[in-house]
Amino acid sequence: MDYRLDFAVVWRSFDLLLSGLGLGLALAVVSIFIGSFIGLIAAFAMLSKNKLWRGIAVMYVTAIRNTPILVLIFFTFFALPQFGLRLGKIESFVFTLTLYSGAYLTEVFRGGLIALPTGLREAGLAIGLTEWGTKKNLLIPVMIRNVLPALSNNFISLFKDTSLAAAIAVPELTFYARQINVNSFRVIESWTVASLMYVFACYFIAAGLRLLERKLAIP
Amino acid sequence: MDLSLFLHEMWNARGAIWDGFQMTVSISALAIFCGTILGVFVGLALVYAWLPVRLIVRGYVDFIRGTPVFVLVLASYYILSGIGIQLTAFQAGVLAITAFCSTHVGEMIRGALAAIHRGQVEAAMAIGLTFRQTFQYVLMPQALRQILPTWVNAATEMVKASTLLSVIGVAELLLVTQQIISRNFLSLEFYFLAGFIYFVIDFSIERLGRFVEKKVAYS
Amino acid sequence: MADPLLVIENVHKKFGELDVLSGVDLIVDRSDVVSIIGSSGSGKTTLLRCINLLEDFHEGRILIDGEPIGYMLKNGKRQRLPKSLIAQHRALTGMVFQTFNLFPHLTALKNVTLGLLKVRNLKKEEATEIARHWLDLVGVLDRQDHYPGQLSGGQQQRVAIARAIAMNPKLMLFDEVTSALDPELVNEVLNVIKDLVSDGMTMLLVTHEMRFAYDVSTKVIFMNEGRIAEQGPPSELFNNPQSTRLAEFIQNSTF
Repeated sequence: MDYRLDFAVVWRSFDLLLSGLGLGLALAVVSIFIGSFIGLIAAFAMLSKNKLWRGIAVMYVTAIRNTPILVLIFFTFFALPQFGLRLGKIESFVFTLTLYSGAYLTEVFRGGLIALPTGLREAGLAIGLTEWGTKKNLLIPVMIRNVLPALSNNFISLFKDTSLAAAIAVPELTFYARQINVNSFRVIESWTVASLMYVFACYFIAAGLRLLERKLAIP
Repeated sequence: MDLSLFLHEMWNARGAIWDGFQMTVSISALAIFCGTILGVFVGLALVYAWLPVRLIVRGYVDFIRGTPVFVLVLASYYILSGIGIQLTAFQAGVLAITAFCSTHVGEMIRGALAAIHRGQVEAAMAIGLTFRQTFQYVLMPQALRQILPTWVNAATEMVKASTLLSVIGVAELLLVTQQIISRNFLSLEFYFLAGFIYFVIDFSIERLGRFVEKKVAYS
Repeated sequence: MADPLLVIENVHKKFGELDVLSGVDLIVDRSDVVSIIGSSGSGKTTLLRCINLLEDFHEGRILIDGEPIGYMLKNGKRQRLPKSLIAQHRALTGMVFQTFNLFPHLTALKNVTLGLLKVRNLKKEEATEIARHWLDLVGVLDRQDHYPGQLSGGQQQRVAIARAIAMNPKLMLFDEVTSALDPELVNEVLNVIKDLVSDGMTMLLVTHEMRFAYDVSTKVIFMNEGRIAEQGPPSELFNNPQSTRLAEFIQNSTF
């Protein structure tokens, strides 16, 4: 075993790695943003009295949560084009990650909605707000603030899942790390640097989100 | 979608699918088993170990948890072979998922131990139990019961993570599925089939978990 | 004499098989202060919640200013009104809850302005002015930028009263508004209600504060098993109960 560390190659490609990290973050942000809307709708559907809505929402969440994300990614990228839904690599990945995060957020939001005191809705109705007005002005804002910690955790794990985009050659951090590895055989350096970049990114995201949580917390 | 063609192809591929299924189950079972045992020690170290050891273990946990599993799998595979440790792709992959599992279980154990009311320890000491006895008869049974639902959830995560080994060439269910698809181009059908099999595995684990949970619940 | 403000005719309400209200009739005139007393489970709170349409009722009518609320007759069948109309009808009454139910994510001021902005569509300045006026009247103006979690129970309940009355309702409904308060905070809330009484506000109160009911009410109602068992001026009802149930109830109550 004769391996000498040499980080030069990795540093030369550091810009690429950084751009990959940025792309991963962007993918996660877009997905959780759109996914939140899906999650909200599905959460209300799950709690509605309408059996059809409830059934659809339960099926969506159960199917997504019990399927490995890599299968979903491949499915969207390789199988959907057969139906004429031909998406680019990045769009395809965002599509998958959005549906994926939507399913997890549904559970988060559902839990948050159930935990709200019933008086909140009634007080909204009592001052003459409509059901929709009550949801928009009271239930959703209070619930979102209550589930912020869970939302943060979801975001971080979603960010880590963006590494899987490398499997369909989306040029994010893992993709570049593997490229450096294959081109230069600097196996330890490339993967250590990539891992540390993920670790630090997660750490700073978590710290930032905690700050945000504290700022948005209801006194 | 031509159902009879699909059934025909499925019949042809039954041997390969069965092999892939077995491989998936082996990877998951091994990783869950080893990861849980390692994880218990990680958890104990996080709570009770001598400070320097605790810090090292904390670093291990944070590093592994901050890194995407996919990166762990790739790093484990490339680094180990790159520095001359001859492991098969299977072994390198299982190692990565075991590490992933151990940090999850470790955090669960730590959380559960921290959540047990201080009064429990005091009460145990008051009736004259030693620390070891307190741990064995009072703390651990409560902690294990408490982590059960989360642990079952983690187990299903490991099954899903096993798909990542397809990328390093381990012929588990997903890779086998891709190979089948490359021969017959029935991507939609066979991804669906793979998704369904994963669903069945995860669903069974979840049911089993609920069953066990009921068994060990305080009546 | 003017038409009565609130008319309740033969209202029935079931929870599953259980009759909670079995034929309630009541007339409330303008500036009436009506206290509803009775043991728990007698239907007091449910009646209040029916008037605010937070509960369905299955028979009978409730009219405010001569207009039936919540339901309409369509081809001879009784139907609940569309949600937008229900919301409008709710705004005719102001409701104050036992557990305050302030909006936890909004300051005291914004708790009051929300309805003014979203339901009455007022401009922000106007809404703020009205809200500050009422917060001042209930004595919590200095707390306008505090969140509910930063207020005492008594202060929260006074904000809740301001929130309800700022909507300019024709009728105020108070549902055991002091039951969740520490004893030393009860009076600050009751005093606010007394001020509203002297302003001529029409109100219906479900209460356990017998002394208070005796002092402020123009009429007291004793409910028993989903019906109004006795009603009359407080002096008559408290000093000369007709039924043994009411006599027992009064005897067991603290003044």
